[in-house]
Amino acid sequence: MWFFTHVWILPAVMAGSFLLILLFGKRLPFKGAEVGITAVSICLLFALATAFNWATWGADSPKVSTSAPAEQIEAVEVGALAEVPDQCSRVVTELREGEGSASTEAAPPAGAEVPAGEGAAPVTPSGTGETAAPAMGSAAAAGGKGEETVTRPVVRCAPWFESTDALVTWGTQIDGLSVMMIVVVTIISLLVHVFSTDYVHGDRRYTHYFAFLSLFTGSMLFFVLSQSTLQMIVGWELVGVCSFALIGHWWEEKPNSDAALKAFLTNRVGDVGLLVGMIILFFAAGQSFSIMDVTILAQEGEIQHVLLLVASVCLITAVMSKSGQFILHTWLPDAMAGPTPVSALIHAATMVVAGIFMVARLYPVFFEGLSIANSSVNLLAVVGAVTALFGAMLAFVQKDIKKVLAYSTVSQLGFMVTSLGVGAWTAAMFHLFTHAFFKACLFLGAGSLSHACHHSFNMVDDMGGLRKIMPKTFWTYLIATGALAGIFPLSGFWSKDEILAGTGSFPGTEGANGTYHLMLVMLLLAAFCTAAYMTRTIWYAFFGEYRGHGHPHESGPRITVPLIILATLGAIVGFLNLPAAFDFLPAGSLTRFEKFVEPIGLYFPSITHASFNPVLAVLSVAVGLSGIVVAYLYYWKGAFKGLHGLSERNSLAGWGKNVLVNKYYFDWLYTTVIVGFVKGPLARASNWFNQNVIDGVVNGVGRGAVGVGKFVYDDIDQRVVDGAVNGAGATASGSGGVLRHLQTGRIQQYTALFFAAAAILAGVFVLFVG
Amino acid sequence: MLLNQFLLLAAVLFSVGVYGVIVRRNGVLVLMSVELILNAVNINLIAFSTFWGLGGQVFALFVIAVAAAEVGVGLAIVLLIYRNRRSVDIDQLDELKG
Amino acid sequence: MTSLLAAASSTSFDVPGNVAFAVLAVLMVVAAIRVVTTRNVVHAALWLVVVLGGNAVVYLILQAEFVALTQLLVYIGAIIVLFLFGIMLTRAPLGRSEDLDNNQRWIGAVVGVLLLLVIGYSVTQSWGSDRLDFAAYDLPQVSDVAGTAVEVGGSGNGRTQALANEIFGDYLIPFEVVSVLLTGALIGAIVLARRD
Repeated sequence: MWFFTHVWILPAVMAGSFLLILLFGKRLPFKGAEVGITAVSICLLFALATAFNWATWGADSPKVSTSAPAEQIEAVEVGALAEVPDQCSRVVTELREGEGSASTEAAPPAGAEVPAGEGAAPVTPSGTGETAAPAMGSAAAAGGKGEETVTRPVVRCAPWFESTDALVTWGTQIDGLSVMMIVVVTIISLLVHVFSTDYVHGDRRYTHYFAFLSLFTGSMLFFVLSQSTLQMIVGWELVGVCSFALIGHWWEEKPNSDAALKAFLTNRVGDVGLLVGMIILFFAAGQSFSIMDVTILAQEGEIQHVLLLVASVCLITAVMSKSGQFILHTWLPDAMAGPTPVSALIHAATMVVAGIFMVARLYPVFFEGLSIANSSVNLLAVVGAVTALFGAMLAFVQKDIKKVLAYSTVSQLGFMVTSLGVGAWTAAMFHLFTHAFFKACLFLGAGSLSHACHHSFNMVDDMGGLRKIMPKTFWTYLIATGALAGIFPLSGFWSKDEILAGTGSFPGTEGANGTYHLMLVMLLLAAFCTAAYMTRTIWYAFFGEYRGHGHPHESGPRITVPLIILATLGAIVGFLNLPAAFDFLPAGSLTRFEKFVEPIGLYFPSITHASFNPVLAVLSVAVGLSGIVVAYLYYWKGAFKGLHGLSERNSLAGWGKNVLVNKYYFDWLYTTVIVGFVKGPLARASNWFNQNVIDGVVNGVGRGAVGVGKFVYDDIDQRVVDGAVNGAGATASGSGGVLRHLQTGRIQQYTALFFAAAAILAGVFVLFVG
Repeated sequence: MLLNQFLLLAAVLFSVGVYGVIVRRNGVLVLMSVELILNAVNINLIAFSTFWGLGGQVFALFVIAVAAAEVGVGLAIVLLIYRNRRSVDIDQLDELKG
Repeated sequence: MTSLLAAASSTSFDVPGNVAFAVLAVLMVVAAIRVVTTRNVVHAALWLVVVLGGNAVVYLILQAEFVALTQLLVYIGAIIVLFLFGIMLTRAPLGRSEDLDNNQRWIGAVVGVLLLLVIGYSVTQSWGSDRLDFAAYDLPQVSDVAGTAVEVGGSGNGRTQALANEIFGDYLIPFEVVSVLLTGALIGAIVLARRD
């Protein structure tokens, strides 16, 4: 309990670390890195202790039979909010008052479950005993079915400012979601800190870099612990500012500062949505910023559906920009300009996860607003599924290993958003959890590769054959790739399978919230592509012969140890949420993640969980494996065949059987496919297919995927999306050309215009309005 | 006495000041015109303070203080311009031209 | 004539006061116009003295003695001197010069008249018939530092004391901020103007 109420220490420690590094970092023996690492370590220990306490706290929570009368369930649920002080939530206060008068007449609550089952501890308020929930004495702990453990969130807040009617507070809200998030953020951040000490060693802004890492971590902790939506906005923007500073870390080079600007500006677009959405929620919740108020009112149907719908659509815009969803995802690959550990942090634990977290935190708004239950399509799911598929295709055509990973993140975030969109909240959070580890591992692995290859990320031109030279990097990268591809029993398999089952579309899957057929198909395709493009990166980076210059070497322990830790975590964390269907295992080991993280209570929709479906699980592994196999055949074995086709048609017999030719082969393939798609789609495509039928379906599938990826990248991403952006720019530039004659540079002319305009405007107001 | 006569006097001074800011070439003269504008505002503040208490006078004092700061910095800038360009002609400061 | 005077006096028409104000106002307006039209830079500064002094008198009419004195001290004592120094240091032509105005005179005049019309119209609409009353000044009592009630009545002293209580009571923080601003401006002016 002490940890829950003092969790504000986490962001405070990181903010202190930021200031300390900024002010004194340069004079310290390790240039400030030691301050950051110490601070994050403290936070990690604190977070782990909090998580541990949360587990025991959850075990002591009141339980209620789902078949109990509604009033009784409600009484228990209101009782579970005992740790939400009056000040922090008006709605909870009202509920408690209403309940207090009601429960006096029903003082001896009847119908509660009799304590039964194994491990049924006598229910006592945990710890200091200061937390006695009123209904807990009656609701007994039991492991049986038809019972749910009501989550007891712990909220603490302090007044921030007060305006006419609204008291704005800020503070912390601890429940499974935020506990999970602080654990993820601190683990990843610590490893990234350690990794960075080697990776940016000798950098000219080493101290500055660590200062911003601290601030980044602190902002994210501040964000995930938010108690009010206004505080969320502050954290959200803080995270954005830090990512701006870190992406533009090497700002002397124009592309880097451009990328930072692009990230920042793209996010501003979404931020408008965030602001509008939050303001709508503020008024919809009766002028309250408290997340508890908003979620409970949305959940109880006290807010008009239209308002929730508009608010959730606005917030989805924010998610699009922050979490790199389709249309506003373009900043994410460019953000690779930052130092690699920063990319790892951004992609695994901070920044992009912020969007997902926001949806998860305000889930009732989306669940009710988009009518997720018993539906088959909604905006959130569509955005997510489109992103998942397109992102995966885009990853095919990248030469830069970090860009492959960036598009992979886009795609995986699409998985999470889809999952939230189909109502599989727990699956989304679980995927966020597992993805954080293996994606951080992949990014840091890419960093390790580039560290060895003279800071090049071009896997096609500058890598290759590193398997033997960098075995630790190779094996960790391989494990993380397996996890990302969803190979049993690595963590990605468990979370991805839950998402697929959560669509509720696959025959034989029960208990999902809706039936999202389209999403299942798109996600399966995306999973296939994911496995294939990750195999491609492995081929380029680790197999074949070394194509760069110099002599690569395995990185030092400060780089490999974080990799090993992350790969281990990425391999095993999937077992945290074994499906409930595995009843041959001890009951305590099943769905642990779900029990700890998913809130049950008034402030969270009562979502159902899709059952584990062995057929679907096998299918998903098969899809992943087939992606790998296709890519394997294509890259390892297919080179020879491709060479044949090439020499026949282009009579470029001089292209030899070596790695360079392999490279050119792909260049040629890309060009042909683009031309084929752009110039004469039908003729060229049929010709192309005829030529390639003999090469086998396998080869064709591979090329098709590459082609579609290239098409999506070149035509949709580069042309339509970027074209719209550039068009807006060109329009502005054109009108600017006309208007520039007004810019005489003479201040007094501006003054004259200014005063004239002010006079006219004031005159209009005085005459017609006032 | 009517309140309005003070307000109208202030309005005239304000407009004359705006005219000066727009028309004058010499930087020092522009600053003088700004002083006219500020003084017009002060008259308003003090005239209204007969209705709403002494707050207006307090603000007039603040305006005087801020005006003093403004003139100090403004003249320093004019001096710097003069030192760099041998002229305080505001017309020539047109590097913002589009 | 007598009836007019009677009517005027019945509504407490303050003849000497209004005549004085009219003369003062005309003087100020003329001086202000000279400030922005004269072809001699030094004359402009001297005309500005007239406007600022007239302002001080207006403050006196409005029974704001402290502000009037501050106006004299700060503006005429300090700011005008600053302006004269500025004129000297920038080697402005001390005699008549023809190019003190740019070619925007008509624009400036139109904008000025437009502003005057808008402001004049709106203040006349809103405050056209309000008479000055100095009731707001007649604060019943203020306390001195020790907390004892001090009789202020209508005496000038008392108003200044009431003003001091306002500044160092309700407006203490703005006051401190202004002093910081002045310090900042001082440093800024030195940094800008020093030769290095």
